[in-house]
Amino acid sequence: MTDQVQKIVEIADDELVLGWRNSEWTGIAPLLEEDVAFSSIAQNEIGHARALYELAARELGTTADELAFDRQPDEYRCSRLVQLRLVPDWARTIARHCIYERADQARIEALKRSDDAELAGLAAKIDREEAYHRMHAEMWFDRLEDEQRFKAALEELEPLFDVRDEHIPEFAELWEEMTMVRRSVAGATW
Amino acid sequence: MDAREQEFLEYVQGGGQVETDDWMPDEYRARLIKFIEMHGNSELMGVLPEREWILRAPTLQRKLALTAKVQDEVGHSQLIYRVVEDLGKPREQCLDDLISGKSKFHNVFHYPTKTWGDVGLIAWLVDAAAIISQKALLKCSYAPYARIMKKICWEESFHILHGRDVILTMMLGTDQQRELVQEALDRWWGPLMQFHGNPIARDEDPMYVWRIKSQGNEEARQQFLDGYVPQIWELGLTVPDPTLRKRDDGAWEYTEPDWDELKHVVTGHGPKTAERLELRRTTREENAWVRRAVLAEAA
Amino acid sequence: MIYEVFRQERKGQAFAHAGSVEAPNEEFAEAYAREQYGRRGESTALWVVPRQAVHEIDDFADELQKNYHRVDGYPLKEKLGRARELAAKSPGGLSAGAG
Repeated sequence: MTDQVQKIVEIADDELVLGWRNSEWTGIAPLLEEDVAFSSIAQNEIGHARALYELAARELGTTADELAFDRQPDEYRCSRLVQLRLVPDWARTIARHCIYERADQARIEALKRSDDAELAGLAAKIDREEAYHRMHAEMWFDRLEDEQRFKAALEELEPLFDVRDEHIPEFAELWEEMTMVRRSVAGATW
Repeated sequence: MDAREQEFLEYVQGGGQVETDDWMPDEYRARLIKFIEMHGNSELMGVLPEREWILRAPTLQRKLALTAKVQDEVGHSQLIYRVVEDLGKPREQCLDDLISGKSKFHNVFHYPTKTWGDVGLIAWLVDAAAIISQKALLKCSYAPYARIMKKICWEESFHILHGRDVILTMMLGTDQQRELVQEALDRWWGPLMQFHGNPIARDEDPMYVWRIKSQGNEEARQQFLDGYVPQIWELGLTVPDPTLRKRDDGAWEYTEPDWDELKHVVTGHGPKTAERLELRRTTREENAWVRRAVLAEAA
Repeated sequence: MIYEVFRQERKGQAFAHAGSVEAPNEEFAEAYAREQYGRRGESTALWVVPRQAVHEIDDFADELQKNYHRVDGYPLKEKLGRARELAAKSPGGLSAGAG
Protein backbone atom coordinates (compact mmCIF):
# COMPACT_ATOMS: atom_id res chain seq x y z
CA MET A 1 0.00 0.00 0.00
CA THR A 2 1.52 3.34 -0.99
CA ASP A 3 1.66 6.15 1.55
CA GLN A 4 -1.00 8.03 -0.35
CA VAL A 5 -3.42 5.08 -0.40
CA GLN A 6 -2.74 4.48 3.25
CA LYS A 7 -3.56 8.10 4.04
CA ILE A 8 -6.78 7.92 2.02
CA VAL A 9 -7.88 4.75 3.83
CA GLU A 10 -7.05 6.34 7.17
CA ILE A 11 -9.27 9.34 6.46
CA ALA A 12 -11.99 7.10 5.06
CA ASP A 13 -11.87 4.95 8.21
CA ASP A 14 -12.31 8.05 10.35
CA GLU A 15 -15.26 9.22 8.29
CA LEU A 16 -16.82 5.77 8.24
CA VAL A 17 -16.60 5.15 11.95
CA LEU A 18 -17.62 8.67 12.90
CA GLY A 19 -20.55 8.39 10.48
CA TRP A 20 -21.52 5.11 12.09
CA ARG A 21 -21.28 6.58 15.57
CA ASN A 22 -23.21 9.72 14.65
CA SER A 23 -25.90 7.62 13.02
CA GLU A 24 -26.60 6.15 16.46
CA TRP A 25 -28.32 9.46 17.20
CA THR A 26 -30.77 9.13 14.33
CA GLY A 27 -34.14 8.80 15.98
CA ILE A 28 -33.13 9.80 19.52
CA ALA A 29 -31.45 13.23 19.25
CA PRO A 30 -32.39 15.92 21.80
CA LEU A 31 -34.63 17.89 19.40
CA LEU A 32 -36.57 16.60 16.42
CA GLU A 33 -35.15 19.29 14.16
CA GLU A 34 -31.65 18.45 15.32
CA ASP A 35 -32.27 14.76 14.75
CA VAL A 36 -32.82 15.43 11.06
CA ALA A 37 -29.82 17.75 10.84
CA PHE A 38 -27.39 15.47 12.65
CA SER A 39 -28.48 12.47 10.62
CA SER A 40 -27.55 14.31 7.43
CA ILE A 41 -24.11 14.90 8.86
CA ALA A 42 -23.75 11.19 9.60
CA GLN A 43 -24.86 10.36 6.06
CA ASN A 44 -22.41 12.85 4.56
CA GLU A 45 -19.56 11.31 6.52
CA ILE A 46 -20.39 7.85 5.28
CA GLY A 47 -20.69 9.28 1.77
CA HIS A 48 -17.20 10.75 2.11
CA ALA A 49 -15.87 7.42 3.36
CA ARG A 50 -17.42 5.67 0.38
CA ALA A 51 -15.91 8.08 -2.15
CA LEU A 52 -12.47 7.80 -0.56
CA TYR A 53 -12.66 4.01 -0.33
CA GLU A 54 -13.60 3.86 -3.98
CA LEU A 55 -10.46 5.75 -4.84
CA ALA A 56 -8.31 3.47 -2.69
CA ALA A 57 -10.13 0.35 -3.84
CA ARG A 58 -9.09 0.94 -7.44
CA GLU A 59 -5.45 0.91 -6.40
CA LEU A 60 -5.91 -2.09 -4.16
CA GLY A 61 -8.06 -4.16 -6.52
CA THR A 62 -11.03 -4.35 -4.16
CA THR A 63 -14.32 -2.51 -3.57
CA ALA A 64 -15.46 0.23 -1.24
CA ASP A 65 -17.82 -2.15 0.56
CA GLU A 66 -15.06 -4.69 1.09
CA LEU A 67 -12.81 -2.02 2.56
CA ALA A 68 -15.60 -0.76 4.77
CA PHE A 69 -16.81 -4.12 6.06
CA ASP A 70 -14.54 -7.02 5.28
CA ARG A 71 -11.34 -6.15 7.10
CA GLN A 72 -10.48 -7.35 10.57
CA PRO A 73 -10.96 -4.77 13.34
CA ASP A 74 -7.21 -4.26 13.84
CA GLU A 75 -6.79 -3.36 10.15
CA TYR A 76 -8.85 -0.18 10.48
CA ARG A 77 -6.71 2.90 11.01
CA CYS A 78 -9.34 5.14 12.59
CA SER A 79 -8.64 7.58 15.39
CA ARG A 80 -9.63 6.77 18.95
CA LEU A 81 -11.75 9.90 18.95
CA VAL A 82 -14.24 8.45 16.48
CA GLN A 83 -14.37 5.01 18.06
CA LEU A 84 -16.01 6.12 21.28
CA ARG A 85 -19.66 5.28 21.72
CA LEU A 86 -21.13 8.54 23.00
CA VAL A 87 -24.91 8.11 22.89
CA PRO A 88 -26.77 9.37 24.87
CA ASP A 89 -24.24 12.05 25.88
CA TRP A 90 -24.88 15.12 23.70
CA ALA A 91 -22.20 17.29 25.32
CA ARG A 92 -19.45 14.80 24.43
CA THR A 93 -20.98 14.19 21.01
CA ILE A 94 -20.87 17.88 20.14
CA ALA A 95 -17.40 18.21 21.65
CA ARG A 96 -16.19 15.40 19.39
CA HIS A 97 -17.96 17.00 16.44
CA CYS A 98 -16.14 20.31 17.04
CA ILE A 99 -12.74 18.71 17.58
CA TYR A 100 -13.08 16.42 14.60
CA GLU A 101 -14.24 19.08 12.17
CA ARG A 102 -11.31 21.31 13.07
CA ALA A 103 -8.75 18.52 12.65
CA ASP A 104 -10.42 17.26 9.50
CA GLN A 105 -10.38 20.68 7.89
CA ALA A 106 -6.59 20.84 8.02
CA ARG A 107 -6.31 17.37 6.56
CA ILE A 108 -8.76 18.04 3.73
CA GLU A 109 -7.01 21.32 2.89
CA ALA A 110 -3.78 19.36 2.40
CA LEU A 111 -5.56 16.87 0.13
CA LYS A 112 -6.97 19.71 -1.94
CA ARG A 113 -3.38 20.64 -2.79
CA SER A 114 -2.51 17.09 -3.83
CA ASP A 115 -0.70 16.54 -7.16
CA ASP A 116 -3.22 13.82 -7.88
CA ALA A 117 -5.95 15.80 -9.63
CA GLU A 118 -8.65 13.24 -8.92
CA LEU A 119 -7.88 13.20 -5.22
CA ALA A 120 -7.68 16.99 -5.09
CA GLY A 121 -11.05 17.22 -6.86
CA LEU A 122 -12.68 14.80 -4.45
CA ALA A 123 -11.20 16.66 -1.48
CA ALA A 124 -12.73 19.90 -2.79
CA LYS A 125 -16.14 18.25 -3.06
CA ILE A 126 -15.86 16.81 0.43
CA ASP A 127 -14.80 20.19 1.76
CA ARG A 128 -17.92 21.85 0.39
CA GLU A 129 -20.04 19.50 2.48
CA GLU A 130 -17.73 19.80 5.45
CA ALA A 131 -18.18 23.56 5.39
CA TYR A 132 -21.76 22.94 6.42
CA HIS A 133 -20.62 20.55 9.16
CA ARG A 134 -18.30 23.22 10.50
CA MET A 135 -21.10 25.74 10.53
CA HIS A 136 -23.26 23.28 12.44
CA ALA A 137 -20.45 22.54 14.91
CA GLU A 138 -19.88 26.25 15.50
CA MET A 139 -23.51 27.01 16.11
CA TRP A 140 -23.62 24.32 18.77
CA PHE A 141 -20.29 25.42 20.23
CA ASP A 142 -21.66 28.93 20.70
CA ARG A 143 -24.70 27.52 22.41
CA LEU A 144 -22.90 25.14 24.78
CA GLU A 145 -19.60 26.87 25.52
CA ASP A 146 -20.69 27.94 28.99
CA GLU A 147 -21.91 24.48 29.98
CA GLN A 148 -19.51 22.83 32.40
CA ARG A 149 -20.09 19.35 30.97
CA PHE A 150 -19.26 20.60 27.49
CA LYS A 151 -16.01 22.21 28.62
CA ALA A 152 -15.03 19.01 30.40
CA ALA A 153 -15.83 16.98 27.30
CA LEU A 154 -13.64 19.17 25.10
CA GLU A 155 -10.76 18.75 27.49
CA GLU A 156 -11.23 15.00 27.69
CA LEU A 157 -11.54 14.38 23.95
CA GLU A 158 -9.11 16.92 22.47
CA PRO A 159 -6.01 14.67 22.75
CA LEU A 160 -7.67 11.63 21.17
CA PHE A 161 -7.70 12.60 17.49
CA ASP A 162 -4.09 11.60 16.94
CA VAL A 163 -4.28 8.36 18.89
CA ARG A 164 -4.31 5.57 16.33
CA ASP A 165 -2.29 2.77 17.88
CA GLU A 166 -4.50 0.38 19.77
CA HIS A 167 -8.25 0.23 19.34
CA ILE A 168 -10.54 0.44 22.32
CA PRO A 169 -12.89 -2.50 23.05
CA GLU A 170 -15.86 -0.39 21.98
CA PHE A 171 -14.52 -0.47 18.46
CA ALA A 172 -14.52 -4.28 18.35
CA GLU A 173 -18.13 -4.20 19.54
CA LEU A 174 -19.05 -1.73 16.82
CA TRP A 175 -17.31 -3.87 14.22
CA GLU A 176 -19.23 -6.95 15.39
CA GLU A 177 -22.48 -5.10 14.99
CA MET A 178 -21.76 -3.35 11.70
CA THR A 179 -20.66 -6.55 10.00
CA MET A 180 -23.22 -8.82 11.63
CA VAL A 181 -25.72 -9.10 8.76
CA ARG A 182 -22.98 -9.14 6.17
CA ARG A 183 -21.25 -12.07 7.85
CA SER A 184 -24.49 -13.96 8.55
CA VAL A 185 -24.99 -15.60 5.15
CA ALA A 186 -22.02 -16.97 3.24
CA GLY A 187 -21.73 -15.75 -0.34
CA ALA A 188 -24.71 -13.40 -0.11
CA THR A 189 -25.32 -10.12 -1.88
CA TRP A 190 -27.32 -7.53 0.05
CA MET B 1 -75.09 20.49 17.53
CA ASP B 2 -75.88 24.17 17.13
CA ALA B 3 -76.46 25.93 13.83
CA ARG B 4 -72.88 27.13 13.52
CA GLU B 5 -71.52 23.63 14.08
CA GLN B 6 -74.00 22.20 11.62
CA GLU B 7 -72.94 24.72 9.03
CA PHE B 8 -69.29 23.83 9.65
CA LEU B 9 -70.06 20.12 9.29
CA GLU B 10 -71.83 20.70 5.99
CA TYR B 11 -68.93 22.84 4.85
CA VAL B 12 -66.30 20.13 5.44
CA GLN B 13 -68.59 17.40 4.08
CA GLY B 14 -68.95 19.47 0.92
CA GLY B 15 -65.18 19.39 0.48
CA GLY B 16 -64.44 22.66 2.32
CA GLN B 17 -61.06 23.09 4.01
CA VAL B 18 -60.19 24.75 7.29
CA GLU B 19 -57.13 26.80 8.27
CA THR B 20 -55.52 27.11 11.71
CA ASP B 21 -57.05 30.45 12.63
CA ASP B 22 -60.55 29.66 11.32
CA TRP B 23 -63.32 29.02 13.79
CA MET B 24 -63.91 25.30 14.36
CA PRO B 25 -66.13 23.28 16.69
CA ASP B 26 -64.43 22.02 19.87
CA GLU B 27 -65.19 18.45 18.91
CA TYR B 28 -63.51 18.88 15.53
CA ARG B 29 -60.42 20.40 17.14
CA ALA B 30 -60.23 17.64 19.76
CA ARG B 31 -60.58 14.90 17.15
CA LEU B 32 -58.00 16.52 14.91
CA ILE B 33 -55.51 16.75 17.75
CA LYS B 34 -56.05 13.15 18.77
CA PHE B 35 -55.78 11.81 15.23
CA ILE B 36 -52.81 13.91 14.12
CA GLU B 37 -50.99 13.38 17.40
CA MET B 38 -51.30 9.62 16.99
CA HIS B 39 -49.85 9.98 13.50
CA GLY B 40 -46.93 11.98 14.91
CA ASN B 41 -46.42 9.39 17.65
CA SER B 42 -46.42 6.62 15.06
CA GLU B 43 -43.75 8.30 12.97
CA LEU B 44 -41.62 8.83 16.05
CA MET B 45 -42.11 5.30 17.40
CA GLY B 46 -41.77 3.89 13.88
CA VAL B 47 -38.18 5.08 14.02
CA LEU B 48 -37.24 2.60 16.71
CA PRO B 49 -37.79 -0.80 15.05
CA GLU B 50 -35.58 0.27 12.15
CA ARG B 51 -33.11 2.37 14.07
CA GLU B 52 -31.64 -0.76 15.68
CA TRP B 53 -30.60 -1.89 12.21
CA ILE B 54 -28.90 1.33 11.15
CA LEU B 55 -25.73 -0.02 12.75
CA ARG B 56 -26.09 -3.37 11.02
CA ALA B 57 -26.89 -2.40 7.44
CA PRO B 58 -24.75 -4.72 5.30
CA THR B 59 -23.49 -2.35 2.57
CA LEU B 60 -22.66 1.35 2.41
CA GLN B 61 -25.59 1.97 0.07
CA ARG B 62 -28.04 0.23 2.42
CA LYS B 63 -26.57 2.05 5.38
CA LEU B 64 -27.17 5.40 3.72
CA ALA B 65 -30.66 4.51 2.53
CA LEU B 66 -31.81 3.14 5.87
CA THR B 67 -30.39 6.09 7.80
CA ALA B 68 -32.13 8.46 5.39
CA LYS B 69 -35.41 6.58 5.77
CA VAL B 70 -35.31 6.76 9.54
CA GLN B 71 -34.31 10.42 9.27
CA ASP B 72 -37.38 11.03 7.09
CA GLU B 73 -39.60 9.49 9.75
CA VAL B 74 -38.20 11.77 12.42
CA GLY B 75 -38.73 14.64 10.00
CA HIS B 76 -42.34 13.58 9.52
CA SER B 77 -42.93 13.53 13.25
CA GLN B 78 -41.49 17.05 13.40
CA LEU B 79 -43.86 18.25 10.67
CA ILE B 80 -46.84 16.53 12.24
CA TYR B 81 -46.21 17.64 15.82
CA ARG B 82 -45.89 21.21 14.49
CA VAL B 83 -49.42 20.90 13.12
CA VAL B 84 -50.63 19.60 16.48
CA GLU B 85 -48.87 22.45 18.28
CA ASP B 86 -50.61 25.02 16.14
CA LEU B 87 -53.90 23.39 17.08
CA GLY B 88 -53.07 24.02 20.73
CA LYS B 89 -51.18 21.04 22.12
CA PRO B 90 -47.45 21.66 22.68
CA ARG B 91 -44.90 19.12 21.47
CA GLU B 92 -43.58 18.50 24.97
CA GLN B 93 -47.06 17.57 26.11
CA CYS B 94 -47.47 15.19 23.16
CA LEU B 95 -44.21 13.51 24.17
CA ASP B 96 -45.29 13.32 27.82
CA ASP B 97 -48.54 11.65 26.82
CA LEU B 98 -46.79 9.27 24.46
CA ILE B 99 -44.32 8.14 27.10
CA SER B 100 -46.93 7.80 29.83
CA GLY B 101 -49.08 5.65 27.56
CA LYS B 102 -51.92 8.15 27.52
CA SER B 103 -51.78 8.56 23.76
CA LYS B 104 -51.38 5.79 21.22
CA PHE B 105 -49.31 4.83 18.22
CA HIS B 106 -49.84 2.40 15.33
CA ASN B 107 -49.88 -1.33 15.99
CA VAL B 108 -46.99 -2.25 13.67
CA PHE B 109 -44.49 -0.28 15.72
CA HIS B 110 -45.05 -2.40 18.82
CA TYR B 111 -43.38 -5.48 17.29
CA PRO B 112 -39.74 -6.57 17.21
CA THR B 113 -37.56 -6.38 14.11
CA LYS B 114 -35.83 -9.71 14.15
CA THR B 115 -33.80 -9.89 10.95
CA TRP B 116 -32.62 -7.88 7.96
CA GLY B 117 -35.58 -9.53 6.20
CA ASP B 118 -37.89 -7.65 8.56
CA VAL B 119 -36.09 -4.40 7.73
CA GLY B 120 -36.81 -4.87 4.03
CA LEU B 121 -40.36 -6.01 4.63
CA ILE B 122 -41.17 -3.07 6.89
CA ALA B 123 -39.83 -0.56 4.37
CA TRP B 124 -41.77 -2.23 1.58
CA LEU B 125 -45.09 -3.33 3.02
CA VAL B 126 -45.56 -1.39 6.24
CA ASP B 127 -44.72 1.77 4.36
CA ALA B 128 -47.03 0.70 1.55
CA ALA B 129 -49.89 0.25 4.00
CA ALA B 130 -49.06 3.60 5.57
CA ILE B 131 -48.89 5.47 2.28
CA ILE B 132 -52.42 4.31 1.45
CA SER B 133 -53.74 5.93 4.63
CA GLN B 134 -51.58 8.99 4.10
CA LYS B 135 -52.61 9.52 0.50
CA ALA B 136 -56.22 9.57 1.67
CA LEU B 137 -55.21 12.38 4.05
CA LEU B 138 -54.19 14.61 1.14
CA LYS B 139 -57.90 15.47 1.05
CA CYS B 140 -58.19 16.10 4.80
CA SER B 141 -60.57 18.92 5.71
CA TYR B 142 -57.83 20.44 7.89
CA ALA B 143 -55.66 22.12 5.26
CA PRO B 144 -52.34 22.48 7.15
CA TYR B 145 -52.32 18.72 7.74
CA ALA B 146 -53.28 17.95 4.13
CA ARG B 147 -50.45 20.18 2.92
CA ILE B 148 -47.65 18.47 4.88
CA MET B 149 -48.99 15.13 3.70
CA LYS B 150 -47.76 15.96 0.21
CA LYS B 151 -44.18 16.05 1.42
CA ILE B 152 -44.68 12.97 3.57
CA CYS B 153 -46.16 10.88 0.74
CA TRP B 154 -43.39 11.96 -1.58
CA GLU B 155 -40.75 10.78 0.89
CA GLU B 156 -42.58 7.54 1.69
CA SER B 157 -42.47 6.62 -1.97
CA PHE B 158 -38.66 6.36 -1.71
CA HIS B 159 -39.02 4.11 1.30
CA ILE B 160 -41.15 1.64 -0.60
CA LEU B 161 -38.58 1.52 -3.40
CA HIS B 162 -35.78 1.02 -0.90
CA GLY B 163 -37.73 -1.78 0.80
CA ARG B 164 -38.62 -3.47 -2.45
CA ASP B 165 -35.01 -3.32 -3.56
CA VAL B 166 -33.83 -4.91 -0.30
CA ILE B 167 -36.41 -7.68 -0.70
CA LEU B 168 -35.69 -8.26 -4.41
CA THR B 169 -31.96 -8.50 -3.73
CA MET B 170 -32.58 -11.10 -1.05
CA MET B 171 -34.99 -13.05 -3.26
CA LEU B 172 -32.28 -13.16 -5.94
CA GLY B 173 -29.76 -14.37 -3.34
CA THR B 174 -29.31 -17.62 -1.48
CA ASP B 175 -32.00 -20.00 -0.16
CA GLN B 176 -31.20 -18.76 3.33
CA GLN B 177 -31.91 -15.18 2.28
CA ARG B 178 -35.22 -16.17 0.66
CA GLU B 179 -36.16 -17.89 3.90
CA LEU B 180 -35.43 -14.71 5.83
CA VAL B 181 -37.93 -12.88 3.61
CA GLN B 182 -40.63 -15.55 3.90
CA GLU B 183 -40.23 -15.66 7.69
CA ALA B 184 -40.50 -11.89 7.83
CA LEU B 185 -43.70 -11.96 5.76
CA ASP B 186 -45.13 -14.67 8.05
CA ARG B 187 -44.38 -12.51 11.09
CA TRP B 188 -45.72 -9.25 9.67
CA TRP B 189 -48.81 -10.39 7.80
CA GLY B 190 -51.08 -10.39 10.83
CA PRO B 191 -50.14 -6.89 11.97
CA LEU B 192 -50.35 -5.66 8.37
CA MET B 193 -53.91 -6.92 8.03
CA GLN B 194 -54.83 -5.21 11.29
CA PHE B 195 -53.08 -1.98 10.31
CA HIS B 196 -56.03 -0.18 8.70
CA GLY B 197 -58.34 -0.95 11.60
CA ASN B 198 -61.60 -2.83 11.98
CA PRO B 199 -64.13 -2.54 9.16
CA ILE B 200 -66.33 0.09 10.81
CA ALA B 201 -68.74 1.61 8.27
CA ARG B 202 -67.24 4.87 7.16
CA ASP B 203 -70.32 6.95 7.93
CA GLU B 204 -70.13 5.72 11.53
CA ASP B 205 -66.48 6.70 11.80
CA PRO B 206 -66.31 10.22 13.27
CA MET B 207 -62.98 10.76 11.54
CA TYR B 208 -64.77 10.31 8.23
CA VAL B 209 -67.82 12.29 9.29
CA TRP B 210 -65.62 15.33 9.93
CA ARG B 211 -63.67 14.54 6.75
CA ILE B 212 -60.43 14.20 8.65
CA LYS B 213 -60.10 10.89 6.83
CA SER B 214 -61.45 10.55 3.32
CA GLN B 215 -61.81 6.78 3.16
CA GLY B 216 -63.05 3.94 5.30
CA ASN B 217 -60.82 1.33 6.94
CA GLU B 218 -61.91 -1.57 4.76
CA GLU B 219 -61.51 0.53 1.62
CA ALA B 220 -57.89 1.14 2.61
CA ARG B 221 -57.25 -2.52 3.36
CA GLN B 222 -58.73 -3.60 0.01
CA GLN B 223 -56.52 -1.09 -1.73
CA PHE B 224 -53.48 -2.49 0.05
CA LEU B 225 -54.36 -6.07 -0.88
CA ASP B 226 -55.08 -5.13 -4.45
CA GLY B 227 -51.84 -3.25 -4.86
CA TYR B 228 -49.45 -5.54 -3.04
CA VAL B 229 -50.63 -9.15 -2.93
CA PRO B 230 -49.85 -9.60 -6.65
CA GLN B 231 -46.39 -8.11 -6.03
CA ILE B 232 -45.83 -10.53 -3.15
CA TRP B 233 -47.00 -13.52 -5.18
CA GLU B 234 -44.89 -12.72 -8.22
CA LEU B 235 -41.74 -13.09 -6.12
CA GLY B 236 -42.73 -16.63 -5.19
CA LEU B 237 -43.57 -15.73 -1.60
CA THR B 238 -46.50 -17.29 0.22
CA VAL B 239 -48.99 -15.10 2.03
CA PRO B 240 -49.74 -16.90 5.30
CA ASP B 241 -53.51 -16.86 4.82
CA PRO B 242 -54.94 -19.89 2.99
CA THR B 243 -58.29 -18.19 2.44
CA LEU B 244 -56.86 -15.12 0.72
CA ARG B 245 -58.30 -14.72 -2.78
CA LYS B 246 -59.67 -12.09 -5.11
CA ARG B 247 -63.36 -12.55 -5.87
CA ASP B 248 -64.83 -12.08 -9.33
CA ASP B 249 -66.28 -8.76 -8.24
CA GLY B 250 -62.77 -7.53 -7.50
CA ALA B 251 -62.95 -7.58 -3.70
CA TRP B 252 -60.43 -9.54 -1.65
CA GLU B 253 -61.49 -12.25 0.80
CA TYR B 254 -59.25 -12.97 3.75
CA THR B 255 -59.26 -14.54 7.16
CA GLU B 256 -60.69 -12.18 9.76
CA PRO B 257 -57.75 -10.31 11.32
CA ASP B 258 -57.24 -10.75 15.05
CA TRP B 259 -58.98 -7.62 16.35
CA ASP B 260 -58.33 -8.61 19.97
CA GLU B 261 -54.62 -8.63 19.26
CA LEU B 262 -54.90 -5.19 17.65
CA LYS B 263 -56.69 -3.78 20.66
CA HIS B 264 -54.31 -5.40 23.10
CA VAL B 265 -51.26 -4.13 21.22
CA VAL B 266 -52.31 -0.53 20.64
CA THR B 267 -53.41 -0.13 24.24
CA GLY B 268 -49.78 -0.58 25.20
CA HIS B 269 -49.32 -4.33 25.49
CA GLY B 270 -47.35 -5.18 22.37
CA PRO B 271 -44.19 -7.29 22.62
CA LYS B 272 -41.94 -4.22 22.39
CA THR B 273 -44.19 -1.44 23.71
CA ALA B 274 -42.70 -1.12 27.16
CA GLU B 275 -39.09 -1.36 26.02
CA ARG B 276 -39.51 1.25 23.29
CA LEU B 277 -41.38 3.70 25.46
CA GLU B 278 -38.69 3.24 28.09
CA LEU B 279 -36.02 4.10 25.51
CA ARG B 280 -37.96 7.24 24.61
CA ARG B 281 -38.29 8.14 28.27
CA THR B 282 -34.61 7.70 29.13
CA THR B 283 -33.20 9.45 26.07
CA ARG B 284 -35.59 12.33 26.64
CA GLU B 285 -34.59 12.65 30.28
CA GLU B 286 -30.89 12.37 29.55
CA ASN B 287 -31.11 15.23 27.11
CA ALA B 288 -33.59 17.47 28.86
CA TRP B 289 -30.63 19.73 29.72
CA VAL B 290 -29.95 20.28 26.02
CA ARG B 291 -33.46 21.50 25.39
CA ARG B 292 -33.19 23.76 28.42
CA ALA B 293 -29.85 25.14 27.28
CA VAL B 294 -30.93 25.62 23.71
CA LEU B 295 -34.53 26.65 23.88
CA ALA B 296 -34.46 28.58 27.15
CA GLU B 297 -33.85 32.06 25.84
CA ALA B 298 -34.66 32.66 22.23
CA ALA B 299 -32.03 35.03 20.90
CA MET C 1 -39.36 30.25 18.47
CA ILE C 2 -41.28 29.23 15.42
CA TYR C 3 -39.89 30.11 12.01
CA GLU C 4 -41.98 29.81 8.87
CA VAL C 5 -40.21 28.39 5.86
CA PHE C 6 -40.97 29.16 2.24
CA ARG C 7 -39.36 27.21 -0.56
CA GLN C 8 -38.72 27.74 -4.22
CA GLU C 9 -38.82 24.53 -6.17
CA ARG C 10 -37.15 25.74 -9.35
CA LYS C 11 -35.39 28.92 -10.34
CA GLY C 12 -37.91 31.48 -11.56
CA GLN C 13 -40.82 30.04 -9.62
CA ALA C 14 -42.65 31.71 -6.77
CA PHE C 15 -41.77 30.82 -3.18
CA ALA C 16 -44.50 28.79 -1.52
CA HIS C 17 -45.05 28.09 2.15
CA ALA C 18 -43.42 24.76 3.06
CA GLY C 19 -43.95 24.47 6.81
CA SER C 20 -42.26 25.57 10.00
CA VAL C 21 -39.40 24.70 12.34
CA GLU C 22 -38.78 25.38 15.99
CA ALA C 23 -35.36 26.86 16.73
CA PRO C 24 -33.68 29.08 19.35
CA ASN C 25 -32.34 31.63 16.88
CA GLU C 26 -31.92 32.41 13.21
CA GLU C 27 -28.75 30.41 12.85
CA PHE C 28 -30.38 27.21 14.10
CA ALA C 29 -33.54 28.00 12.15
CA GLU C 30 -31.57 28.24 8.93
CA ALA C 31 -29.73 25.00 9.59
CA TYR C 32 -32.95 23.19 10.45
CA ALA C 33 -34.90 24.63 7.53
CA ARG C 34 -32.11 23.61 5.17
CA GLU C 35 -32.40 20.04 6.39
CA GLN C 36 -36.15 19.76 6.71
CA TYR C 37 -37.04 21.40 3.40
CA GLY C 38 -34.00 21.00 1.19
CA ARG C 39 -31.99 17.92 1.98
CA ARG C 40 -33.12 16.04 -1.14
CA GLY C 41 -32.37 18.91 -3.48
CA GLU C 42 -36.09 19.61 -3.70
CA SER C 43 -35.61 23.36 -3.21
CA THR C 44 -33.40 25.87 -5.01
CA ALA C 45 -33.83 28.46 -2.24
CA LEU C 46 -35.60 28.96 1.07
CA TRP C 47 -36.94 31.97 2.93
CA VAL C 48 -36.84 31.57 6.70
CA VAL C 49 -39.01 34.06 8.55
CA PRO C 50 -39.87 34.42 12.24
CA ARG C 51 -43.55 33.65 12.59
CA GLN C 52 -44.27 37.04 14.21
CA ALA C 53 -43.00 38.74 11.07
CA VAL C 54 -45.76 37.23 8.98
CA HIS C 55 -48.93 39.31 8.93
CA GLU C 56 -52.04 37.76 7.50
CA ILE C 57 -54.68 39.80 5.74
CA ASP C 58 -57.77 37.91 4.74
CA ASP C 59 -60.52 40.52 4.43
CA PHE C 60 -60.95 42.21 1.10
CA ALA C 61 -63.94 44.54 0.90
CA ASP C 62 -65.36 45.00 -2.58
CA GLU C 63 -68.92 46.08 -2.00
CA LEU C 64 -69.56 48.58 -4.82
CA GLN C 65 -68.85 46.78 -8.08
CA LYS C 66 -65.26 47.84 -8.53
CA ASN C 67 -65.08 45.69 -11.62
CA TYR C 68 -63.23 48.21 -13.77
CA HIS C 69 -59.91 46.72 -12.66
CA ARG C 70 -60.88 43.12 -13.30
CA VAL C 71 -61.48 41.10 -16.43
CA ASP C 72 -65.17 40.69 -15.59
CA GLY C 73 -65.60 44.47 -15.91
CA TYR C 74 -65.14 44.24 -19.66
CA PRO C 75 -67.89 42.19 -21.40
CA LEU C 76 -66.77 42.99 -24.95
CA LYS C 77 -68.55 40.18 -26.76
CA GLU C 78 -71.81 41.97 -27.49
CA LYS C 79 -70.13 45.23 -28.54
CA LEU C 80 -67.72 43.38 -30.77
CA GLY C 81 -70.63 41.62 -32.51
CA ARG C 82 -72.28 44.93 -33.23
CA ALA C 83 -69.05 46.48 -34.46
CA ARG C 84 -68.52 43.58 -36.83
CA GLU C 85 -72.07 43.97 -38.19
CA LEU C 86 -71.51 47.66 -38.74
CA ALA C 87 -68.23 47.04 -40.53
CA ALA C 88 -69.89 44.47 -42.81
CA LYS C 89 -72.45 47.06 -43.96
CA SER C 90 -69.77 49.39 -45.36
CA PRO C 91 -67.72 47.02 -47.61
CA GLY C 92 -65.27 49.68 -48.74
CA GLY C 93 -64.04 50.00 -45.23
CA LEU C 94 -63.78 53.08 -43.09
CA SER C 95 -60.51 54.35 -44.49
CA ALA C 96 -61.76 54.21 -48.13
CA GLY C 97 -64.85 56.23 -47.14
CA ALA C 98 -62.74 58.76 -45.34
CA GLY C 99 -60.23 59.12 -48.21
